[in-house]
Amino acid sequence: MDMIDYPDGEQFSPGHVACAGCAEALSLRVILNTLGADAIAVVPPSCTAVICGGYPLSSVSIPVQHTTLESAAASASGVKRSLNALGKTNTTVVCLAGDGGTYDIGLQALSSAAERNEDILYVCFDNEGYMNTGGQKSSSTPLNAITGSTPAGKLSRKKNLVEILAAHRIPYIATCSPAHLSDMSAKIKKAASIRGTKVIMVIIPCLPGWGVADDAAVKTARMAVDSGVFPLYEVEDGVDYTMTIDTRNQSVNAYLKQQKRYRNLSDKNISDIQADVDKEWEYLLGRARK
Amino acid sequence: MKEKQNLQLLSGNHAVSWGVKLARPHVAPLYPITPQTPILEKLTEFHSQGELDAELLTPESEHSAMSACVAASLTGARVFTATSSQGLLLMHELLHYASGARAPIVMFNVNRTPGSPWAFWPDQIDSLSQRDTGWIKMYSESPQESLDTVIQAFRIAEKLALPLMISHDAFYVSHAVEPVELPQQELVDNFLPAYNPELRLDTSLGQSFGAPIDQATWNRSRREAGEAMARVENEVLETGKAWGELTGRSYAALENYRTEAADTIIVTMGSMCGTVRDAVDALRDQGTAVGLLKVRQFRPLPVQTLRDSLAGIPSVLVLDRNYSPGMGGILHQELKSALFGMRDAPRVHGLLAGVGGVNVSSNKIQQLVAEYADAKPSNDSVWVE
Ligand SMILES: Cc1ncc(C[n+]2csc(CCOP(=O)(O)OP(=O)(O)O)c2C)c(N)n1
Ligand code: SF4
Ligand SMILES: [Mg+2]
Repeated sequence: MDMIDYPDGEQFSPGHVACAGCAEALSLRVILNTLGADAIAVVPPSCTAVICGGYPLSSVSIPVQHTTLESAAASASGVKRSLNALGKTNTTVVCLAGDGGTYDIGLQALSSAAERNEDILYVCFDNEGYMNTGGQKSSSTPLNAITGSTPAGKLSRKKNLVEILAAHRIPYIATCSPAHLSDMSAKIKKAASIRGTKVIMVIIPCLPGWGVADDAAVKTARMAVDSGVFPLYEVEDGVDYTMTIDTRNQSVNAYLKQQKRYRNLSDKNISDIQADVDKEWEYLLGRARK
Repeated sequence: MKEKQNLQLLSGNHAVSWGVKLARPHVAPLYPITPQTPILEKLTEFHSQGELDAELLTPESEHSAMSACVAASLTGARVFTATSSQGLLLMHELLHYASGARAPIVMFNVNRTPGSPWAFWPDQIDSLSQRDTGWIKMYSESPQESLDTVIQAFRIAEKLALPLMISHDAFYVSHAVEPVELPQQELVDNFLPAYNPELRLDTSLGQSFGAPIDQATWNRSRREAGEAMARVENEVLETGKAWGELTGRSYAALENYRTEAADTIIVTMGSMCGTVRDAVDALRDQGTAVGLLKVRQFRPLPVQTLRDSLAGIPSVLVLDRNYSPGMGGILHQELKSALFGMRDAPRVHGLLAGVGGVNVSSNKIQQLVAEYADAKPSNDSVWVE
């Protein structure tokens, strides 16, 4: 049993407006409490922006700059440089962005911040689609998944953003899951202790977006990890890969069957996805062994 | 008039960089574009030589540069950036964002034709098409004015919590070299109060910026920006006067040149003002009563001052170095609306002169005065051949 072990300093308040059962709200709570009070958040439009709260309320106790969809990394750079110029160098600047704001429209700004190795922590809540606008595809949406803009299932695969970021040779990248909260807290803590650009990718099974039951978000996240669809690992300096969990104990079948976005999969689709996950898993293990 | 000291031969763009250095910004995100690049390169040179103690960022685009500007400003820093044409247009979304957030960023824009087709000539459509983004907009006609205005801009913007964009024309001002008086650092330090915003992103305060709001609150935010805008002209005037007391060079929102007892007044912005002065001198020598009304502050448009300045003047020629297809010259349209309903309003001729950077000589302007001063004006702006 993975015990939840993190300091709950009440950085995240109850009463927020996430869907009941949302794993993103749970992850936010862990991340914000791990970072503590000396942090400033930069949030582009996304579920997080809504969860953080509408004026004059806020469900997070640290200051938030709500920025534009494509600007999170650039805005965070601005906050950090400003803090540096004003002598407040210890404050953590954290982006809390969705996959659309990260894989797609914000990738240019993120790549540039990573290239400059800006001292920011970038957290991507990867719910594999544009949920704020009602659930359209992003480049993080996996093959065959039905979304509002891919009614017949997406025809292309999910972008491997970790590899793209690793190619920038930034000091730290890690993947996290809301089914592994102690690990999430530890990785956030580690990232916050490193100078330079750090990126944390969190898989967020979205209740309406993926078509999973209200009480199944955490379970679905666990299945994503256990089947190897979403492996937990770290990449240091862009080249040193470490598997957090280096075994798989189930096929993709049960994971896919959990989700209505995969309702039209044929047996052939499922075996193709399995073959792809197997190949990626071996590839990742190979990188971690080197 | 004080005796000029510390004169240096500077291009308009390098004069801007000197002004920025003297204003001591904390953060400057910069992205290059012709013909703005010398501003950027001079600033990075100052920085590398230890003469500019600022955080310089070189992001991948103007869009990110302006995003960083907004964030840095909201965190409490004095912020500067510079751009031109395509870069300014790429920032468009963030220009609204900056003014909505009341971030007093100072930006310098070098007026250049936007593509397509590609061109690099002086034309003010880039900044004029950002008219409604909520920025204070000023236009400068010379390197000295650009330097002086940059320094004044920080005082005006920070006092009113509004972003401020200054423009000068590509090449005619940006690359033209003239003797520029460099103020002493101490003078500028005394002139510019330190920037210490009460509201800022600060973990000891806990304030947030830009969260989703209801209709009434959005509505109020724009009304409040409008109220701040209403204070701009006075602030520009006071700041320009205070600068004049220190340097001998005063500035206002609108500036008159030989308008006393004029039958015709030419209204324009930017580098065209220099050529108009020359034409006015020549015409006055010939006995024609002509003057120049220079629009230095375009947003907010000083409507009442325009009306007062042009009351009783029979004829006004507006020279627009910009063109809004389907509408005409933007200054022409703005002036007509500013003078609307005025008793004895002047005849207003809108002349599209110099669009795309084509040269408009002093002789040409003299001809235009002869041709249009007594003519019946057309509703539409007229192309000058
Ligand atoms: C420039 C721009 N285009 C489009 C939008 C509309 N928009 C708001 S949120 C969003 C999707 C965000 O998706 P993601 O980043 O994955 O966050 P999620 O909603 O899934 O949490 C879009 C397209 C916008 N705010 N700005
Ligand atoms: S739409 Fe999905 S990610 Fe967004 S709050 Fe609801 S469950 Fe969470
Ligand atoms: Mg998403």
